[in-house]
Amino acid sequence: MNKPKLAVIGNGMAGIRAIEELLKIAPDKYDITVFGAEPHPNYNRILLSPVLAGEQTMQDIVLNDWDWYRDNGIKLVTNKKIVNIHRTKRELTAESGETYSYDRLLIATGSNPFILPIPGANLPGVISYRDIADTEAMIDAAKHHKKAVVIGGGLLGLEAANGLKLRGMDVTVVHVMPWLMERQLDERAGKLLQASLEAKGIAFKIQANTEALIAGESGRVAALKFKSGEQIPAELVVMAVGIRPNAALAERSGIAVSARPGGIIVNDTMQTLTDPRIYAVGECVNHRGIAYGLVAPLFEMAKVCANHLAEYGIGRYVGSVTSTKLKVTGVDLFSAGNFQGDEATEDIVLSDPIGGVYKRLVIKDDKLVGACLYGDTVDGSWYFKLLREGKNIAEIRDQLMFGESNIGDVGHEGNTRAAAMKDSDEVCGCNGVCKGAITKAIKEKGLFTLDEVRKHTKASSSCGSCTGLVEQILMFTAGGDYSATPKMKPMCGCTDHTHQDARDAIKASKLLSVPDVMKFLDWRTPNGCATCRPALNYYLLSTWPKECIDDPQSRFINERAHANIQKDGTFSVIPRMWGGETTADELRRIANAVDKYKIPTVKVTGGQRIDLLGVKKEDLPNVWKDIGMPSGHAYAKALRTVKTCVGSEWCRFGTQDSTQMGKDLEQAMWRMYAPHKVKFAVSGCPRNCAEAGIKDVGVIGVDSGWELYVAGNGGIKTEVAQFFVKVKTSEEVLEYTGAFMQLYREEGWYLERTVHYVSRVGLDYVKKRVLEDAENRKALWERLQFSLDGEPDPWFEFDKARVDTRQFIPIKPSAAMADAVPAE
Amino acid sequence: MKIETHMSWRYVCKLEELPVLGARVVERSEDEGGNVAVFRNDKDVVFALLDKCPHKGGPLSQGIVFGERVACPLHNWTIELKSGDAVAPDVGCTRRFSVKVDNGDVFVEL
Repeated sequence: MNKPKLAVIGNGMAGIRAIEELLKIAPDKYDITVFGAEPHPNYNRILLSPVLAGEQTMQDIVLNDWDWYRDNGIKLVTNKKIVNIHRTKRELTAESGETYSYDRLLIATGSNPFILPIPGANLPGVISYRDIADTEAMIDAAKHHKKAVVIGGGLLGLEAANGLKLRGMDVTVVHVMPWLMERQLDERAGKLLQASLEAKGIAFKIQANTEALIAGESGRVAALKFKSGEQIPAELVVMAVGIRPNAALAERSGIAVSARPGGIIVNDTMQTLTDPRIYAVGECVNHRGIAYGLVAPLFEMAKVCANHLAEYGIGRYVGSVTSTKLKVTGVDLFSAGNFQGDEATEDIVLSDPIGGVYKRLVIKDDKLVGACLYGDTVDGSWYFKLLREGKNIAEIRDQLMFGESNIGDVGHEGNTRAAAMKDSDEVCGCNGVCKGAITKAIKEKGLFTLDEVRKHTKASSSCGSCTGLVEQILMFTAGGDYSATPKMKPMCGCTDHTHQDARDAIKASKLLSVPDVMKFLDWRTPNGCATCRPALNYYLLSTWPKECIDDPQSRFINERAHANIQKDGTFSVIPRMWGGETTADELRRIANAVDKYKIPTVKVTGGQRIDLLGVKKEDLPNVWKDIGMPSGHAYAKALRTVKTCVGSEWCRFGTQDSTQMGKDLEQAMWRMYAPHKVKFAVSGCPRNCAEAGIKDVGVIGVDSGWELYVAGNGGIKTEVAQFFVKVKTSEEVLEYTGAFMQLYREEGWYLERTVHYVSRVGLDYVKKRVLEDAENRKALWERLQFSLDGEPDPWFEFDKARVDTRQFIPIKPSAAMADAVPAE
Repeated sequence: MKIETHMSWRYVCKLEELPVLGARVVERSEDEGGNVAVFRNDKDVVFALLDKCPHKGGPLSQGIVFGERVACPLHNWTIELKSGDAVAPDVGCTRRFSVKVDNGDVFVEL
């Protein structure tokens, strides 16, 4: 059967990215032909500036070489300009006269530089800055000429000026607006930028209007004349005053095009308004009135477009928040969102003109809506993330200016500036990945997103605490902000749905099994993957307790074997010791089991329990039975320990019986599965010996009652728990703790700790639901008790806990029995 | 590891003794080459691999099975059940064994 034909007009970053995305999800769907006007395979246009500056070569910036097209069965026709689209015949006409038919068409013709309509604009020596040919022309001019003028003090113009300066030319930048990069920077940052570029030897004419370009004797441009009458010498003039969507072909072919700001009008599925067979992505489009000129939106469009070309029919492009970073070595500059602010916004400003640092954060309704950083951009990616996710920053407002590394007390992120790091410096402490390995992978494999870097290098793929650093390295290495992940991330590669989508669907449509959810939400894979299945299984359990089908095979091995797998494939066993108290009898049973099953290591844990390490899997059921203590759930996304101090029973300072309170909490809530592990602690006085300040729920006894703290974390990044409420009785401690837990269980995303859940929804919201609404609090607490009622101890009630005991019995292969085997 | 020279078909278990989307361990001494993981997916296709991830030797039998792949429980490498190859961008391969299912009996060539 003949495959339908997909034609792509435009061999640039957006079009090819769409094809790459398409090949990922539907590799054999189309016969693909790509038409390119330039004689090159797809290269990274953003990196033309480092090429001009002599920091990279043309070879370095090729994204897809000729082999890539061949290996993927894509026909690449370069040097072929398509001049007409015949929509009713579904046919393309090339300038050279040939015709090509298509079933679906993707237009990705990019943009054209805007040329000022002034006398002399077409003289030799006057160029724009858009492609490899322009770059080569500039490199060549730098060899033969001395005086260069760049018209336009925007991103591209300044990068061109910097490159030409580095190539030995005298460069003057002519800018019509009052300060440089006025679309990305506010006035103060713009002035700082100008000062530092002047220090590099670049001259500026600000608020200067160009009237004409004047030819010399040779016919080549020789001077630039301002409206004021002043003239400056100019043997090379680079016009970098902006780009216009290149929609001429579409317009000629009767496809709707916007008048201002230009561009082919597309809908949220990247189909053209005129013809649903025709898609368009990249700088040539106009989506909801905006024509984008940065790379991150193009990639988001490409993804959506591919999804629809593959006929999956899900995914919408809803626009992008963009950020900018200047690629001039030694100048750190970053801006995103509404950095100028307006009447409805508030500013936080840090200004140190001598130190060359200026930061402005623009805030509206307790959310970061814009950022403009100069001199110190290390937190750019973090601010951008806060901005995109629309996080409530009320609680970190006072520390916001000082960056991510100041939020929380310890943790190893943000200590080193990505740019200043040596190649041999370790970035990811979990997987031992150095900066050099990451930059190498980014360059050689053409990586653009955090996810890709994670896949290829493993950096930031384990604990995630170096994510900010990896994003910075990505920004520095790849040149622009490529890390822009979509606002709402899909759960995994099996679906485009987010965690929240899955939660909502399970609840609204009463889905009761993992396959039901996958069917309902059109999962792409037959039975998911190791990422989505455990999450879905948890969402079912927490939404429909006692009704849904718990699927042990969708749980990680630890929750299937009810023990913690170790690096050598053995397991660890941690029995529950209520409130961290034990007895001689329990210790004797543990000691006997250690001897009997030759358990190599016995360790006291930080959670006041005893860990038996190196237990063979087949011994697990017998070890549990011999010890005769309840499961400690130390292996599960569930309530782990409740740490306590000795409290008023023994301690001369104790004001409350913290040990008993801890035992009560533990007995009320053990066997409670949650989005992630959960730890409690109870201290009997404010000396807080049980370290309640770094627990999911920390309880501190005071003379008049108990203080509750929530959303602490002692792990990857220490987070101090936040004061939640003060209560009088131990019954109230149970009810408030239980209600908070149930809220987290019902709304948290899988693998989201309480600290992340609370920072996502805001502590105010949690207070509203648990503290201010007494009825809701009681309802939550009741739902938790309902869930836990009759919940089995998996170490003793195998059937009820759906423990597959066959896993504990290894199979012995029979003797060779050749005759018992049927012939092929 | 000793290289076996005499491979022969061995009866392992009944098909229904293998968990759907799961695995069982067939025990072999280190001299015999170590444990073998026998997997069953939701289409009742059975696969057998050496129970060692090519990355750091993790027991693949303990991983989550999906489609025709298993995710190693230690560091989440994904291994193709058919070939034993690690899924890109990871690189590595674990040994595979031939499997036959006849009349509900599972045989592995060990």
